[in-house]
Amino acid sequence: MTDEISIAQQAGGNRPAAQSCCPPAPPPGGSCCAGAAATPLADRDDAVCETSRQQEEPGRRAGSCCGAPRQPPVGYPYGPAGFVTGTLETPAGPVPQVSSALARDDRRGAWRVRWGFARDDYRVRPGLYALGTPDAGAPVLVTANYKLTFDELRASLPGLDAWVLVVDTRGINVWCAAGKGTFCAEEVGRVVRESRLAEIVEHRRLILPQLSAPGVAAHRVKEACGFRATFGPVRAADLPAFLDAGLKAHAEMRRVTFTLRERAVLAPVELATAWDRRMLLAYGGILAASALERDGVSLSGALRRGAPVIGAAWLALLAGGAVTPLALPWLPGRAFALKGALAGGLLAAAGTAAFGRRLSPAGKLALLAGVPAASSYAAMNFTGSSPITSPSGVELEMRKALPLQGAAAAVALGAWLAARLGR
Amino acid sequence: MAELRYIEDAVTLQLDVGRCNGCGLCVAVCPRGVFAIADRRATLVDRGACIECGACALNCVPGAISVEPGVGCAQAIIHGWLTGGEASCDC
Repeated sequence: MTDEISIAQQAGGNRPAAQSCCPPAPPPGGSCCAGAAATPLADRDDAVCETSRQQEEPGRRAGSCCGAPRQPPVGYPYGPAGFVTGTLETPAGPVPQVSSALARDDRRGAWRVRWGFARDDYRVRPGLYALGTPDAGAPVLVTANYKLTFDELRASLPGLDAWVLVVDTRGINVWCAAGKGTFCAEEVGRVVRESRLAEIVEHRRLILPQLSAPGVAAHRVKEACGFRATFGPVRAADLPAFLDAGLKAHAEMRRVTFTLRERAVLAPVELATAWDRRMLLAYGGILAASALERDGVSLSGALRRGAPVIGAAWLALLAGGAVTPLALPWLPGRAFALKGALAGGLLAAAGTAAFGRRLSPAGKLALLAGVPAASSYAAMNFTGSSPITSPSGVELEMRKALPLQGAAAAVALGAWLAARLGR
Repeated sequence: MAELRYIEDAVTLQLDVGRCNGCGLCVAVCPRGVFAIADRRATLVDRGACIECGACALNCVPGAISVEPGVGCAQAIIHGWLTGGEASCDC
């Protein structure tokens, strides 16, 4: 128990061990867990980070690096967290130990967030961890505190003894956090200091994920904590080879890929849009609009007329959120909006062929215009999940595609209304 | 698998070779193979592949690289348009 408390203090400042307080028993003094006490890794330094960054780089990414508004305090499950298997004694106190083997809970959590459930709150407490039994000469690997990222890293390193330094990226993956500026040199330096890393390892080198480079200026890490930052490979799986080669990455390790497998794991979260709050509201609106009849409302009418519209929306989501990502290299064109419209057009044509006899001409038109419009929009939103799009390019395609998507959606709405009034 | 390409004409990346000190960090941080070192200076070997992540410019100590950094994400851009602020996603 004492150990747990000191670990928590060592790794995260003022938060007592999760076992001793927190739910179910409310803390007697009210100072634990709830509110500021549960805030990750010292707020005070954050303010320093914010001002220093903005002074030194005026205008650049204003309001992003560490300058993002403070999010409400989040509790990090710690003591009882399943992935901490033990503690390692160090000159700076005990450090939580983790293994490269993922447990069932880790796999279940990964599956859950891949399907979009509570993805924003899947975090590891920032601080230092021992992967295996590292010694004073072991490498220090820096990573984000999105648990999916942390798990991917340790699972890629079976048999390796290393220190894992988790920075507070507010539960966001490495690349997105770097883009936002929350994964920055100052934050790395802060965790290095707070974890007293200099007392634990003899060397003065940190290995950063290459994709943290949009947020981390290597030369400023040295200024922030005295450790030299070396950018490792893009993928954690290449880390053993990178370490064996004396911290050298060959060209392929430096490139992002977007293989079929990598695209496929992203499809579920796109499909999960189907139960997004806004979509649920839209379903309600569609059913309500479908229920209206000249002489009142009809529940059976709502289902009969509304269900095909919701079905068409799912077809569009399937085309834009699953078919487009999977078939990305084979769909013609460069713009995702175009690729998505083509995938939606194909599925809508197939849908018309299958259900055509039950549709009026206006209903067919609604399907053939509406599905590509919506799938084009969904595919356009997939740009954010891909590693190949530039913001300038996305903005260019959006300026061209949005008016067309709007026009097609208007045609579909008009046709649907015409089909309804015509009956 | 053939490498995936995206819209190339809009890329804002610029390299001022005159200020380059040949450290090669741009080659190391670029995830798209845009840079190479030739004759002890950086050179753009595939400018069209640039995704404007900003890693090279942030890590270029002599400031030889300029780019309008951001995230290539439609939702972020819409968010920026709606709020009048800068593009930022909630991913």
